[in-house]
Amino acid sequence: MLKVDNLVVNYGYIQALRDVSLEIKENEIITLIGGNGAGKSSTLMAISNLVKKTSGTVTFDGRDISRMDPDKIVSLGIAHVPEGRNIFKKLSVEENLLIGTITNKKISKKEINDRVEEMFVIFPRLKERRKKSGGSLSGGEQQMLAIARGLMLKPRLLMMDEPSLGLAPIIVEEIFELMEDVKKSGMTILLIEQNAMLALNVADRGYVLQNGEIVLTGTGKELLDNPEVKKAYLGI
Amino acid sequence: MTEKLKTFYNKRKTIILLVLFAMAIALPFLIEKGSVMSLIVRIMFYIILASSLNIINGYSGQFNIGHAGFVLIGSYTLSILAQLGWPIWVLYILAGVVTSIIGLIIALPTLRLRGIYLALVTLGFSEILRLIALNWTGLTGGPMGIKGIPAPWFFGLRSTAPHNYYFIVLFFVIICLFTSYRVINSKVGRAWMSIREDDHAAMSLGVDIRKYKAINFMFGAFWAGVGGALMAPFYTFIDSSMFSLDEGFNILSMVIIGGQGTLIGPVVGSVVVNLTTEIFRFADEARLLIYAIMIMAMMWIRPQGLAGTSRSVIANRSLGKERGTFLKKLLKKKEVK
Repeated sequence: MLKVDNLVVNYGYIQALRDVSLEIKENEIITLIGGNGAGKSSTLMAISNLVKKTSGTVTFDGRDISRMDPDKIVSLGIAHVPEGRNIFKKLSVEENLLIGTITNKKISKKEINDRVEEMFVIFPRLKERRKKSGGSLSGGEQQMLAIARGLMLKPRLLMMDEPSLGLAPIIVEEIFELMEDVKKSGMTILLIEQNAMLALNVADRGYVLQNGEIVLTGTGKELLDNPEVKKAYLGI
Repeated sequence: MTEKLKTFYNKRKTIILLVLFAMAIALPFLIEKGSVMSLIVRIMFYIILASSLNIINGYSGQFNIGHAGFVLIGSYTLSILAQLGWPIWVLYILAGVVTSIIGLIIALPTLRLRGIYLALVTLGFSEILRLIALNWTGLTGGPMGIKGIPAPWFFGLRSTAPHNYYFIVLFFVIICLFTSYRVINSKVGRAWMSIREDDHAAMSLGVDIRKYKAINFMFGAFWAGVGGALMAPFYTFIDSSMFSLDEGFNILSMVIIGGQGTLIGPVVGSVVVNLTTEIFRFADEARLLIYAIMIMAMMWIRPQGLAGTSRSVIANRSLGKERGTFLKKLLKKKEVK
């Protein structure tokens, strides 16, 4: 479904990504793991065209989207849940969700309301706080809101940047369970995680990034059993 | 307090709005003095101007301090065309349209700028327009300005007197606030606020930042233009000195004092600032000092503005607490001395 070929991204003279290639198939959970500064977030940003690519192409359903405007990319059905749960702190939970549908021009009011209600079924906690401002939510709730906002689009590909960052283990588990439900509903997920153990457990396949390069790839299970991965990322 | 007011308002929305409307209609029949009435009309001009600036600064977080430039365009558009015999009623709207086109022209090259850089561009733009108006004698009358701008006919009356002109301004104030309310509660308004809150997050959700920023500038400029156009027939005379940077800061101070990013804020700001300047009229030039003190005091005590809800700015509330303790500490230190 999504193909990234020989992607290179530079920040000034620092090379963030060198020759990254990866492929995502329909209804898979793919994870990118790697240490800090390995280029995981840069890969996502390059896919949504939020950073400039030096070279390389991104194709979605055979269509070249490397030079497409970010909003057009979103309207194709690629949702990006950014790192650090960038929710709109001063807007209410409901308003946050409504902004999620902004690229969909044809959507009717009723349909939007239905989707909001649907999100409230998946995340009952958000329903309780629908009129509260986003900034008043706890970290876990904010993360849920960020994911829900991404899901409002009904995207085909959901890209999540470190959803477990700074959350209590119990909430992290909840979010990962949710991910499997999302997959069952037919969506494809590209997941970035520092918590390699968790990520590889849910993922169909994974890529290991190091210094902006892909050094290893394989199914989740293969990577879990790989001695190098074990040593470097799982601490076993 | 604001919370209680809000629930009270929401419960009896229609009644409250009707009562306010009736009061607004009755006002000119209750006030006889022309000078008081013209103060009220002036406050209403500034409600439109401050609201339009609030759309730009308060809702999309762009920083425009050259709002006087937009007002100038509206004012001159009406004045020049009115002298050629165009009907005033059409010109009110046309002035808004022209200004919003100019707003788009300013917005296009500056869409990538933000914060202080955008502020500098708008400031420069405002001054450039003022200098053009001052020097293009053929079109604008140069330093002589434009005299004898006719007031529109209104129910068979030339409505120059403040008691009559009030109704025309009231009409536009209501439309301005109503359209702002509708737009802010629509998809477009939410896009503006998402840009204000976090433009990167907005972009990753697919908000076309350039498009919505441009719409924002056009909408703000439109109402600034209409506000400027309304002023011209009332004063019957305009010249470039009325649209100096001071005027821009004047409008900005109303927005800040009233509360950025709230619909009612600019209304409160306009009333408070205009009344204060009226009360301190005896102080002449020193009045400007009072502005400065007011703005600084607001930023210190209530950065969200008079009408800003404490709920929406939790960060500020906690800051306020810190400031309070800071003050207490300061006082304690002095006591020790």
